[in-house]
Amino acid sequence: MLQLYDGALDVPTLLKEWHEEEASSNYGAYIPFVGTVRSEDGIDGLSFDIYEPILNSWFASWQKKAEEQGAIIKMAHSRGDVMLHESSYIAAVFSPKRRVALEFIDSFVEDFKASAPIWKYDLKEGKRVYAKERSTAIKGSGLLA
Amino acid sequence: MVRVEFLGPIQKEPLELEINNLNELSAVLKEDKEVSEWLESCAVAVNDALVTSLEAPLKDGDKISLLPPVCGG
Repeated sequence: MLQLYDGALDVPTLLKEWHEEEASSNYGAYIPFVGTVRSEDGIDGLSFDIYEPILNSWFASWQKKAEEQGAIIKMAHSRGDVMLHESSYIAAVFSPKRRVALEFIDSFVEDFKASAPIWKYDLKEGKRVYAKERSTAIKGSGLLA
Repeated sequence: MVRVEFLGPIQKEPLELEINNLNELSAVLKEDKEVSEWLESCAVAVNDALVTSLEAPLKDGDKISLLPPVCGG
């Protein structure tokens, strides 16, 4: 399940809803990762653009990998502005056993950072500045160069 | 005619081009000062699927997307 929201995520509500959705699914492990905007380099917050068609197909490929291990994955992300100490990202894995979920959340979040078509901007002094130095070129980039 | 879209921080309006493959697109974009500096770091999708070859033929109505470096989370 992939959920996109305008602005900051309501973390307690999402974690509670996901817990309740799977409460009787017989998963032994529920491992969420929550990404929160922290104060650094004088930013007021972050802002995000998302390209949904490719995000959806990327997420579907990870759902399939999760299913192959008897697990499921849920993810929520913000569009637009998210201010300091608010959260923009939650990913969670449910699986029968702890080890699968711990390893899966690690590889999922790493690939999310490297591949998901989401662009981050720093909000600073009223401007929206592309976080170029912290961004990663998607595998296969440079084809047209 | 194919449509070329520039995603995320590339501030450029979409282009409509008469081209037959990505090699021809590469030649057009290398001459475009707004875009040429992005080419080295951009991935390319045709009809929302990432591609790894310049040779695949393009057909009328195809959508090509340029995806600059990403940073979700």
